[in-house]
Amino acid sequence: MSLLELKAISKNFGAIQALQGVDLEVDIGEAVGLMGDNGAGKSTLMKIVAGNYPPTSGEIRIEGRQVEFAQPIDARENGIEIVYQDLALCDNLTAAANVFLGRELKKSLGPFRWLDHRAMFERSGQIFGELKSETRPRDVVRQMSGGQRQAVAIARTRLSEPKLVLMDEPTAAISVRQVAEVLALIRRLKEAGHAVILVSHRMPDVFAVCDRVVVLRRGRKVADKAIAATSPEEVTGLITGAIEHA
Amino acid sequence: MSEISEKSHAEIDESITLHREMTGFQAAIRTQPFWVFLAILAIGVIMSFVSEPFLTDRNMFNITRNFAFFGIMALGMSAVICTAGIDLSVGSLMGLTGIVAGLVMQAGYGIVWGFLACMGTAAIVGIINGVLIAYLRMAPFVVTLGMLAMARSIAMVVSNNKMIYEFGPDQELFEWLGGESVFGIPNPVWVLIILTAVFWWVWRYSVWGRWVIAIGGNAQAAKLSGIPVERITVSVYVISALCAGLAAFLMVGWFGSVTNALGLTYELNVIAASVIGGANLMGGVVYAVGAPIGAGLMELIRNSLLLAGIDALWQQFFVGLFLILAVLLEQIRNRGRR
Repeated sequence: MSLLELKAISKNFGAIQALQGVDLEVDIGEAVGLMGDNGAGKSTLMKIVAGNYPPTSGEIRIEGRQVEFAQPIDARENGIEIVYQDLALCDNLTAAANVFLGRELKKSLGPFRWLDHRAMFERSGQIFGELKSETRPRDVVRQMSGGQRQAVAIARTRLSEPKLVLMDEPTAAISVRQVAEVLALIRRLKEAGHAVILVSHRMPDVFAVCDRVVVLRRGRKVADKAIAATSPEEVTGLITGAIEHA
Repeated sequence: MSEISEKSHAEIDESITLHREMTGFQAAIRTQPFWVFLAILAIGVIMSFVSEPFLTDRNMFNITRNFAFFGIMALGMSAVICTAGIDLSVGSLMGLTGIVAGLVMQAGYGIVWGFLACMGTAAIVGIINGVLIAYLRMAPFVVTLGMLAMARSIAMVVSNNKMIYEFGPDQELFEWLGGESVFGIPNPVWVLIILTAVFWWVWRYSVWGRWVIAIGGNAQAAKLSGIPVERITVSVYVISALCAGLAAFLMVGWFGSVTNALGLTYELNVIAASVIGGANLMGGVVYAVGAPIGAGLMELIRNSLLLAGIDALWQQFFVGLFLILAVLLEQIRNRGRR
């Protein structure tokens, strides 16, 4: 039984068929690279898994149980956390405040409740430590590098011990050195037993951290192979259509 | 080997973190209210040499009481500005809530009823503003500009364009609240002090405050984090309206009378006080102490001009000038930080 199982997922937007009968399975501790050209259906598929909109037809199963997501919060409650491409961080708040945004730790005395800054700094420092990131909990996000911001976004997902972390182009807009940092973060997530779906355009990143690669072309799945059994050349061919199917 | 280097990295990290930790004072001097406060002290020192009556108890009493009303409203305005919004209706709302309070008490009801009617009216107007802005996604500028006109008009209608100066059975208590003092400090100033302390706590320790600041930083991120952005946005406009209502209630007590012109053009001064106190119109920045400090600077300038014998017609000029200077200062400081 897989952690996440998508069966014959299709999605139509009016006359446009964005996805046609896509199957996908992801296991615990596994990282799957999802690749494809622009318009291949990657983001549509991710948005369905994230609960942004429902599929036109097909099933989503989590640990064998069929689920339906009406909104993103449903996906989160089922153990799916998303790291958005634009990172969705508040620049004016500290790293710790961002990690705990919307689920702040509180202290209470009678009817009074107040933010437990100390606990939030400590816990997020601990998470950054686990991720071996140099991010400091008290730093304001505005002053951070792309890699550190990525670490904050990933630390957010660690808070709820999710089963699956969806990452949308996490290495798109950052420097080479920071890419290495982010890839290391993804490996840590895997080691900690989280499943990861990595949506990426960057071949080296997918081959560096993923166990399997899935290629979409024009809304169909054209390949689903173990990384060890394929090559960047083959995947490139699959993405562009030079290779029909694998 | 790698374990050792990782450990020493961690140690280096920690020592950097410790060095980067700022003391409260270091953090304070990076804020706008601190510099404005220095400006207040500087002007105060100069004025005490230039003008004989400046440091008299009487003058200090006047200055502090006058700015208390603006400070109270600026506290609420700062919350609105923190969400990258604006509330232009506060001046008109003072007129409306002041008239409503007056009418209720003139009709023979006690001060409690007058106060509840005043704050209730404010809350309704705040909810209307907030719902239009948060749920119908209308621009705050337009909504509150419309409310500026409507609230003033309703104040004229319900007051029948007459002055109210009879405040029923609790007239004495009402006038004491707004016009008298406790331990030598005017009552509105006490209200401002207490509210500033409350807001200081709210911005630092409450979840609501944290969420308001987050919305100002990145509303979309706040939404994705599960923060009820619409509800919080409405609450911010209600807070601003309630502050205007409270200021009106105290001010009418001080004047001992109310007309529907109460608070006319005050929105300019309140926004200026908030911005001078460090609120950033782009959102995401708020200081509780900024409101009284910003309002204080403006009142001090007004008072100084008066004592220096400069024509009162120049007052609004200087309010506007300092508003622009405050924004300029903010920009220069931001550039230096990058």
